[in-house]
Amino acid sequence: MAILIIAEHDNQSLKGATLNAVTAATQIGGDVHILVAGAGCQAVADAASAVAGVSKVLLADNAAYEHQLAENVSLLVAELGTDYSHVIAPATTAGKNLMPRVAALLDVAQLSDVIRVDSEDTFARPIYAGNAIATVKSLDAIKVITIRGTGFDAAAAEGGSAVIEAVTAVHDAGISTFIGEEMAKSDRPELTAASVIVSGGRGMGNGENFALLESLADKLGAAVGASRAAVDAGFVPNDMQVGQTGKIVAPDLYIAVGISGAIQHLAGMKDSKVIVAINKDEEAPIFSVADYGLVADLFDAVPELDGKL
Amino acid sequence: MKILVPVKRVIDYNVKVRVKSDNSDVDLSNVKMAMNPFCEIAVEEAVRLKEAGVASEIIAVSIGDKACQEQIRTALALGADRGIQIETESAPDALSAAKLLKAVVQAEQPQLVIMGKQSIDSDNNQTGQMLAALLDYPQATFASEVKVEGDKVQVTREIDGGLQTLELDLPAVITTDLRLNEPRYASLPNIMKAKRKPLDVKTPADLGVEVGNKVTLVAVNPPAERQAGIKVASVSELVDKLKNEAKVV
Repeated sequence: MAILIIAEHDNQSLKGATLNAVTAATQIGGDVHILVAGAGCQAVADAASAVAGVSKVLLADNAAYEHQLAENVSLLVAELGTDYSHVIAPATTAGKNLMPRVAALLDVAQLSDVIRVDSEDTFARPIYAGNAIATVKSLDAIKVITIRGTGFDAAAAEGGSAVIEAVTAVHDAGISTFIGEEMAKSDRPELTAASVIVSGGRGMGNGENFALLESLADKLGAAVGASRAAVDAGFVPNDMQVGQTGKIVAPDLYIAVGISGAIQHLAGMKDSKVIVAINKDEEAPIFSVADYGLVADLFDAVPELDGKL
Repeated sequence: MKILVPVKRVIDYNVKVRVKSDNSDVDLSNVKMAMNPFCEIAVEEAVRLKEAGVASEIIAVSIGDKACQEQIRTALALGADRGIQIETESAPDALSAAKLLKAVVQAEQPQLVIMGKQSIDSDNNQTGQMLAALLDYPQATFASEVKVEGDKVQVTREIDGGLQTLELDLPAVITTDLRLNEPRYASLPNIMKAKRKPLDVKTPADLGVEVGNKVTLVAVNPPAERQAGIKVASVSELVDKLKNEAKVV
């Protein structure tokens, strides 16, 4: 039995999410192989071969895979996948985009966002935005899985010495084209990857007041989020939304400012390690999940907190 | 062009789900149901494409028991032209849903399928991608902007860390992200008119699809409860706790 992991990378560096997937694969047991599909991505394969626990790296270096278009890469993974018992990718946007396509080509179901390995065919995954945890058993011969990074520790990036094997198969479906990319230039980390998040809700009053949170976030190296109420009120754009229909986050520290704590919001952040709530309503439901609650007017408390950190 | 919009009936996003006491599943008896929020965004995008003169007909399709006709009627009230219900007793898994939708696509020949990126019950985020794979169509997941130009469509996608723009050959499958649009509300006259729009009922057998489920549900448990926290009296105490007790700053 061998397990194939699809590397998350940008043709230059191996992304950390891959390391969490390696840990999940190690828990399933068996030989762990990593596929690096891209263009000019030798450095990624070198990094993957150094990951502890990996026995082989498959390198598919071809212009057709440069932007990892799902149409092309899925054909490659489906072809390779028949030799494996498990095909795994991190549940990043790239993994979520690719893997269901692979599963359908292999005619198997997929298990999304797995957070726990019980055995080689039984896994746990959150459903209903994390309000329930389902234990599911796959009856398929090949298990196609995406791994939620926050569910598994990262494997050591050093200490391994896997062999690198070139894969020559070229698949170009020719039905999609990469046009361009616009990566956020913000110095702040991306919301789903941030270790600290400062979020504002309806209590912020207006969009300008979010500057208070941005200043605090800059001091903490944090990302800035928002509740749906703040988005619906037009304070901030909806890509900042944390919650059931927004982004699901699990940072080390989540600071909720002027957020009442409606269940849809809690669904997106209640797996955070430490939750701090600042709200002037001491009855607000957010205090029921907060490790540290401060009943205070945010317009006094946030600048003071900013000053004291 | 014709646009197909699959919509799903799910628990209303405001409802807090309860896990059944025997841990067999969540309890959906007597809870409010609604159209999945990402499907609303898909319907809205299709209606906007029709208003812009790009689309000529919008077909809303839903898979499930008779109750899902309610969500099809909602889509019709929002601007879809006709509906198709695929009658199944329980919700099929994503692969079976994709196979059912594939059969509908082959019968109706839409140029675009626009659907939500995930449903808020199973949280799978699979059906659109699987449908695209089965049809050998290109896909654009997590769309935040859609521009149809001739026989191609340009889609901007929300990816980790930014935005990516792709150009797909039509026909194609697009799945919607939150930023794509703000869905409208159905007006009362449109809700009344929607009652008279055509709604076909088909079975998986009509479509020649066998609905299976290769994943069995072993148990459903509530998530771990958080330990009760404490209230601090001042910002200084909060900073002290974060630095010395939680050690997170």
